[in-house]
Amino acid sequence: MQIQIAWRNIWRNPRRTMIMLTAMIIGIWSMIFLGGMMRGMMVGMINNGISTLTGDIQIHAKGYRDDPSIEYFMPDLKGIEKTINKILPRGSRYTSRIRVNAIAANARHSTGVTMVGIHPVKEPGVSFIGPGAVVHGRYLVPGNNNGILIGRAMAEKFGTKTGHKIILMSENIQHDIASKAFIIMGIFKAEMQSTEKHFVFVTSSSARHMLKLAKGASEISIILPHHKGDKKITWNLRQAIPDSYEIHTWQELLPILTSYLKMFDGFMYIWFLVIFIAMGFGIVNTTLMAVYERMKEFGLLKALGMRPWLIIRSVLLESFMLLVIGTAIGNCMGFLTIHFLSITGINLTSLSAGAEFAGLSRIIYPVLYPKDIIMANVVVIGLGLVVSLYPAVKAARFTPVEALSHE
Amino acid sequence: MHRNCVECRDIIKTYHQGKICVHALNGVSLSIEQGEFVALAGPSGSGKTSLLNIIGGLDKADSGSVIVTGKSFENLSDSKLAKLRLNNIGFVFQSYNLIPVLSALENVEYVMLLQGVPAEERYERSIQILNDTGLEDKYNSRPAELSGGQQQRVAVARAIVSNPMLVLADEPTANLDSETGMGLLEIMKKMNRLKKVTFLFSTHDNMVMDFADRLVLMKDGEIVGDKNKV
Repeated sequence: MQIQIAWRNIWRNPRRTMIMLTAMIIGIWSMIFLGGMMRGMMVGMINNGISTLTGDIQIHAKGYRDDPSIEYFMPDLKGIEKTINKILPRGSRYTSRIRVNAIAANARHSTGVTMVGIHPVKEPGVSFIGPGAVVHGRYLVPGNNNGILIGRAMAEKFGTKTGHKIILMSENIQHDIASKAFIIMGIFKAEMQSTEKHFVFVTSSSARHMLKLAKGASEISIILPHHKGDKKITWNLRQAIPDSYEIHTWQELLPILTSYLKMFDGFMYIWFLVIFIAMGFGIVNTTLMAVYERMKEFGLLKALGMRPWLIIRSVLLESFMLLVIGTAIGNCMGFLTIHFLSITGINLTSLSAGAEFAGLSRIIYPVLYPKDIIMANVVVIGLGLVVSLYPAVKAARFTPVEALSHE
Repeated sequence: MHRNCVECRDIIKTYHQGKICVHALNGVSLSIEQGEFVALAGPSGSGKTSLLNIIGGLDKADSGSVIVTGKSFENLSDSKLAKLRLNNIGFVFQSYNLIPVLSALENVEYVMLLQGVPAEERYERSIQILNDTGLEDKYNSRPAELSGGQQQRVAVARAIVSNPMLVLADEPTANLDSETGMGLLEIMKKMNRLKKVTFLFSTHDNMVMDFADRLVLMKDGEIVGDKNKV
């Protein structure tokens, strides 16, 4: 009967209830939607970070990260690969690369780039580069000793196209200047323009030839199934691989991204709180209005013998019902919005320069995390009940005589 | 020997309205036996409602003692007073004070819900009391769908259904026409006779005063007359 009474009380003033519900629905919807969008950005940033040649785990020769030059190469590539094969779970992929800083030049321009010598067959699936990323021309093939892939943005900047020549200069293993002319085989696109500007890809054999590197590679990049278990596998690799090598997870390789992600949860929960504070004032105000409107009735209930805590309970029950209805509808709307946008994505191409600065993808696909949904609902329902306590206690504290004489 | 249902001694109550002190009750003493049907009469401002509020435990006296149904109000917490009202005292108000979202039946049931009476018994007793008060066709009507007389009968049914020893009614017929008011008084009298419930009601209506078995007259916060007509 208490639930029935609470339900009827809620609908005494339908307009007020609808306004309150609308505020709650918008509040919870915005929490879920913005939470999903922020998580989508986060996932996009992680995916960009991992696929832009980082991988889940990387192995280098000791000292390479401090000075990424060709002299810090891994000589015993076969031995490491043998160890990796024993440790990595089924479904993992890895590739080795030769990676050095270089200068790219043509007749019009020159710029600093990262030259990456890749294994054309093993690279796709480990990073973004592969046949699918090539928008003009074709992808590299093993044994191709003068082909190069450059990014779309770099091609525009250099005013060049496939079939044209580009010169790369770098330091070889003997600390001499090495340079080599390459023919643009293909132009690739990447999620971020900076990747298109700063990376050029050649085959590892041509890189080796240019840098006079007989064997070995600069790095091994590993992708784990579903990007899971990196810490445990890193630990296992560290036990198995000699100390002359360094093994890092993507979190260690991308420290700025990692700290940004750590702040993400905090930002989101602050955002939830901000929304709730705005909503909370509405809840208190509306509940207080409803309580004052029914002051005489509370006086009657007390006169009849209703104890104060039962009055508090009845007011809280009404708030709880409203909160549950509001959050339920808000959740449904939030889920539908996220579902729709997770198919179409949110296109930030017009903001790509700014978005890229923050490491964001051009298209964001919102993602729902159960913990965010739970948090949003707990914040709204939990804190909603807490702020409803004030009007509830107020109702319980009316003396019957003052309440009954209230007009 | 009759046991007193209400025993008030030297009740003093003063209200403060800003800088003005209003002496509502100036040392009122009153005893009412179980089963009496008493009218508390007097002009407006004579202290009738103040006395009813104090006897009903809705307000506290500045000094004096109140014993209702054998229980002293002295040192009773709000919660214990609420429990005492719930189980021993019924209230009928001038402006009916029914809960607008509940039907007549639910309004009557509500007090028993607070008492923890099982649902089936609540329903049976409510139906019975509504039949006794002539509301057999109004079980499911909300207060807004009832006339003033019908609403006041629901209020009387609500006051009686929990089997209180005392019913306090503050000018129960003031908002009713004389015929409806007389009908209500007859119902109250019937309940008084049937259930031996003590009725104490305030009024300044001569018809109501004539109807009471005992008439207590008040003026300026004091009892100026006490006439037993039976």
